[in-house]
Amino acid sequence: MIPIPYAARACHDGDTMTSAATTPPPGSAPAYEPRRAFREPDAGFLGGVAAGLATHLGWPVMWIRVALVALTVANGAGVLLYAALWLWLPTLPVEEPAPGLAAAERSGRRTTRRGLADIGPGVALAALAVGALFVAQLVLGTGLVLWVLVLGLGGVALIWRQADESSRERWRDSTGRLDPVRALVGDGGWAAWSRIVVGVLMLVTALVLFALRSGRLSLAVDVLVATGLGLVGVLLVAGPWLLRLFHDLGEERAQRVRSQERADVAAHLHDSVLQTLALIQKNSADPAQVARLARAQERDLRSWLFEDAGPSGSLSAALATLAAEVEADHNVTVEVVTVGDLVLDDRTQPVLLATREAVVNAAKHAGAGRVDVYAEASPTRLEVFVKDRGRGFDIEAVAADRHGVRGSIKDRMERHGGTARVMSRPGEGTEVVLQMPLEEKA
Amino acid sequence: MSTRVLIVDDHAMFRAGVRAELSAAPTVEVVAEAEDVDTAVAAIAAHHPEVVLLDVHLPGGGGAEVMRRIGPSATRFLALSVSDAAEDVIGTIRAGARGYVTKTITGPELADAIGRVAGGDAVFSPRLAGFVLDAFAGTIEVAAVDEDLDRLTEREREVMRLIARGYSYKEVAGELFISVKTVETHMSAVLRKLQLSSRHELTRWASDRRLL
Repeated sequence: MIPIPYAARACHDGDTMTSAATTPPPGSAPAYEPRRAFREPDAGFLGGVAAGLATHLGWPVMWIRVALVALTVANGAGVLLYAALWLWLPTLPVEEPAPGLAAAERSGRRTTRRGLADIGPGVALAALAVGALFVAQLVLGTGLVLWVLVLGLGGVALIWRQADESSRERWRDSTGRLDPVRALVGDGGWAAWSRIVVGVLMLVTALVLFALRSGRLSLAVDVLVATGLGLVGVLLVAGPWLLRLFHDLGEERAQRVRSQERADVAAHLHDSVLQTLALIQKNSADPAQVARLARAQERDLRSWLFEDAGPSGSLSAALATLAAEVEADHNVTVEVVTVGDLVLDDRTQPVLLATREAVVNAAKHAGAGRVDVYAEASPTRLEVFVKDRGRGFDIEAVAADRHGVRGSIKDRMERHGGTARVMSRPGEGTEVVLQMPLEEKA
Repeated sequence: MSTRVLIVDDHAMFRAGVRAELSAAPTVEVVAEAEDVDTAVAAIAAHHPEVVLLDVHLPGGGGAEVMRRIGPSATRFLALSVSDAAEDVIGTIRAGARGYVTKTITGPELADAIGRVAGGDAVFSPRLAGFVLDAFAGTIEVAAVDEDLDRLTEREREVMRLIARGYSYKEVAGELFISVKTVETHMSAVLRKLQLSSRHELTRWASDRRLL
């Protein structure tokens, strides 16, 4: 049990926190504005009061912690001071990172350091506090009052700490709707729940101890019941107001989610485009490579900005993926036009595989810069045309044992009940026509 | 005589690029540039270009707004956009553009398309042809209450399919044993149907087709 609230600052990188880094309020105008103190919950053990004070005053944080513990001996002034500051000092405003960084953080492509790195000072201060407790016991006598106070204060501190934690999480998370339980425990987890449970238990114990002071059980029960009734009354009076507060919070959060989405959009653009530009600069001596990079980037942006490829598993989405892959591997442009759409199944999957084979063949052998793919899906049949304007070939002249066209396109289609036709003449390009009849679904 | 062209695009870099590419083509003369709806309308009034290369996304209301403000005139519009979203393509065509090409088009192809639009024909890219087929699909079986405008003839469908497959006009003509002029007639007819079709679902089609 930690008897006395105090805060300690995690020393991430040596003692740099003594360098009196004053935190100006965000958006400070050129006109004079008084420097304000903030709580720094991220830096502290408990509420971040001491850390905030240290920043504000430019003192080492340990001095302040020791001073607070020492002041506690003087009739608990340290505790009162700490509690008052915890209540009244605003938390350090979360600095908004640049949109790209924020978005990367949200999608897990970037990590930030949080939490305590060093518990050494904490242990030292705890020992000091226990010592102070004994001194206080000597001064005040071993009365029950002391333990009631210690228990009660400890419980309150724990619950306040959890409130800090969950309010921070509320700002960060952007999923799900806001409900009172989430507002209280944040993302849950054993730490949040145990803080609340232990805090409440300590409060109740303090209450029971206080009630038992008189030595009569019935009086203790009366006190507990009265306290409970009081709480219910307060809830009834403040209930509607609390509900509205939750509602407002939800609205505010929805707005936040929208602005985060915008930031994600910006980040996506910046990320992918910046990468490609860097690559292009590196490869500027190789025109083919530059063209390939630019084309891949264009496809990426285009699909992302203007068209939703059909749902995953659909013909249009599969063709778009296929085109992107072939483009990346073979340095050609693959133009895909899809009319109608369907969900790929056992019957239509072979058509996609044959299409891939045809497109790869065209990309490899035709010597043309561009391959046109046209797919038309009607309820009764699926047709795919793959056309290039390359050098073409004499179909009769191709040896019958050549594997490519025969095995992977013609045989595949015929095995599954479809047909494949290859039309080509030297110098006039090639066109592959794939047809697959579909049973109409009853 | 070369075709007088106005370039409308809000990106100066892109205007410069198009101008440079078109300067290589002897049949095209760029007379002016404009960067938004207001300057485009003013430039069209001042220069009377034969063809306006019109960006679809423009400050001030987009390419469709330019065509609406100009109204019926001798000037023809060819939409040139990075967007190949169905809504943009169909919306621009229905607002009065004679064709729609994306910005990846090569210089010679663009000069060719400009010449064709100036001559009164329509320009279909494979993608636009695909959209047309998609938009008019299904109406073939539907009883022809709404007369011919809501349907493509079998021949027009064939032309559109070949365009969508990447055929050039000449190749389409060769494949169907018709003249290039006839191909162009079919394409103009399709464009007219696309613009005049009374099916109000047509514009909604573009956004709905992903819900298949």
